[in-house]
Amino acid sequence: MANHTLALRHQFDNVEQQKDASTFGMWVFLVTEILFFGGMFCCYTVYRALYPSAFGHASNHLDIILGAVSTAVLICSSFTMACAVNSAATGAKNALAAFLWVTILFAAAFLVVEMSEWHMLYKEGLMPGFNFTYHDVDPAHVQLFFCMYFAMTGLHASHVTIGIGLLVVMAFRASRGAFTPQYYTPIEISGLYWHFVDLVWIFLFPLYYLIARHLH
Amino acid sequence: MITATVETRENYLTHEYGVKSWLLTQDHKRIALLYLGAISFFFFLGGIFATVIRLELLTPPGDLVSAQTYNKLFSLHGIIMVFLFLVPSIPATLGNFLVPMMIGAKDLAFPKLNLLSWYIFMVGGAFVLYAMLVGGVDTGWTFYVPFSTSYANTYVIMTGLGIFIAGFSSILTGLNFIVTIHRMRAPGLTWFRLPLFIWSMYATSIIQVLGTPVIAVTLLLVVLERGFHLGIFDPALGGDPVLFQHLFWFYSHPAVYIMVLPGMGVISEIVSVYSRKKVFGYKFVAFSSVAIAILSFLVWGHHMFVSSQSVYASMVFSFLSFLVAVPSAIKVFNWTATLYKSSISYHTPMLYAFGFIGLFTIGGLTGTFLATLGFDVHVTDTYFVVAHFHYIMVGGTMMAYLGGLHYWWPKMTGRMYPELWARLSALVIFLGFNLTFFPQFIMGYLVMPRRYHAYPGEFQVYHVLSTAGASVLAVGYLIPAVYLIWSLRYGNLAPDNPWEASGLEWQTTSPPPPENFDITPVVNHEAYDYSILEEMKVG
Repeated sequence: MANHTLALRHQFDNVEQQKDASTFGMWVFLVTEILFFGGMFCCYTVYRALYPSAFGHASNHLDIILGAVSTAVLICSSFTMACAVNSAATGAKNALAAFLWVTILFAAAFLVVEMSEWHMLYKEGLMPGFNFTYHDVDPAHVQLFFCMYFAMTGLHASHVTIGIGLLVVMAFRASRGAFTPQYYTPIEISGLYWHFVDLVWIFLFPLYYLIARHLH
Repeated sequence: MITATVETRENYLTHEYGVKSWLLTQDHKRIALLYLGAISFFFFLGGIFATVIRLELLTPPGDLVSAQTYNKLFSLHGIIMVFLFLVPSIPATLGNFLVPMMIGAKDLAFPKLNLLSWYIFMVGGAFVLYAMLVGGVDTGWTFYVPFSTSYANTYVIMTGLGIFIAGFSSILTGLNFIVTIHRMRAPGLTWFRLPLFIWSMYATSIIQVLGTPVIAVTLLLVVLERGFHLGIFDPALGGDPVLFQHLFWFYSHPAVYIMVLPGMGVISEIVSVYSRKKVFGYKFVAFSSVAIAILSFLVWGHHMFVSSQSVYASMVFSFLSFLVAVPSAIKVFNWTATLYKSSISYHTPMLYAFGFIGLFTIGGLTGTFLATLGFDVHVTDTYFVVAHFHYIMVGGTMMAYLGGLHYWWPKMTGRMYPELWARLSALVIFLGFNLTFFPQFIMGYLVMPRRYHAYPGEFQVYHVLSTAGASVLAVGYLIPAVYLIWSLRYGNLAPDNPWEASGLEWQTTSPPPPENFDITPVVNHEAYDYSILEEMKVG
């Protein structure tokens, strides 16, 4: 009881209102995020429609194994995040902290895989703005593909990084016993954010790695 | 003169003192005043650029400033006025101050986020100021590619990042308002009992949340393209410059409604209170705000009639743009119907409201001219367009902002403004505004192009009229700046409800206590029900 009167901020009348507001706020934030990524998805769609052949060729330079591994890792992280929220709801303190740390581990693994992909592309001379040296068919639009690839995966990676920071804070707070089955809104809204970040990748993976590989 | 009965009751201005209590405040009312200070600074800064522009255009040859400097002047005027003044103007000051009070809440849902929004805004503003001080930017406020990414030799990256950052302040403010309006309303305050100002802030917030991220990511791509010499939009490198225009106007047309919808909310409040009547057709006015917000996202292509957009697409955008006139006209007609056979009092805010209704109507109707394909091709990039959007942004938003500022000034500061000076300045602003911008319609129709710093002698008469009007307008803006500051110390003490209004914000003290209400109010009447005031007096 003492715990959640402490956690009630002055502008709210009761705990339910506070919880509703926080969760609703995160949903509105995610709507903003969808539009934020949406601008880039729109660019991608337009350019893919305009230059299907160049985009098909370019996508063959991405490593489908690395892409698949990072997708698997992220899906696992979403699962452990869901477990973390469930542990918070049932008051399993140790499980909560453990699941959060596992989620963080998966997230970090995702970043490592993604950076190795970036490094590989850099070595192949496919990083626009740094060393783009592609001389096959239609280099201008292949470059466009990689511009969009780095911009979109870069924006996504920055979201993963922010997510890791958020989850580390949550993990430490969880170890200190800050959350109870009555009060775990921060865990829940961190979970919403994390699932969103995961979901963006679920779109990025097929758009960049899978479709039109046969055009090689 | 200060009266002897000094307010002894603690209020939000007096319960804490010192710079720290302001810079770390989480009180929405104090944050509103922080914004007020910041945007007033940007308004006068943008005004200085406008002044130099008008002086340059007094004579046909480019004699006062060089062409390059002129480009920087109109770019900075546009950027500062749009992104650092008009977009935050009413939402961040009046909205911040009023949204919680009008719905009977103690604060916004996320007070810390609200303070963070102000800091983000200031950081964004600082980037733009820095770019201005080290050499400025000459792309126009629209940052059209490939000029902005490949050819402009000015501080595009710094300015673009500034707007990118300031955008998040706008997004977070919108998010805060949406959650607050959904979740924090006082008991009994149903959606259809809300003041129309709240409806307009809600519609505005929706646009802020949905539109701003798109311009943010677009400017981010411009910054990346310029910084790393990529070819995302540059046709020489494989990109598509028209795509940039689509993305830019997807936000920047709705942004016009971010600027004018809050003004419409202010006008609904003012028109009702000074005519002592309920706003005619409340639900229509409320839903017209939402309709404008939705339609605003479907009309961006009317900025691109001559940008190689297909004629078919242009026809669709033209038709959709005409549709915006419907909810806009609903508002104008309903305000007029509210005034019909009412007891009107001509206080300063009401004068601004009359100004708004007239000038917005002219701005809106010329907007339908511009939505017409054939006419638009004739006047594209001429002063006709300049005059049109100044009638909306200055004639509309600025009039509403000043009207709202006067109307709620007693509540915000606890002091009355001097009525005579205020009426005088409202009149000066109205006359100065029309003298400045009406001649621009004519010279625009005669195809005087915008953004030129030299022009043929035949246009001089219109430019002289416009510059003369601008100097009147400048005086009109300086008068309130002086007397409003003066009133902070010497104005008469304001009663709690000087206008006998029925809104919740008037039922608390002036200035309000830190948490707005001593007891959470319970609402059992519709908005603008002036009979409750009689009941309260009897009670």
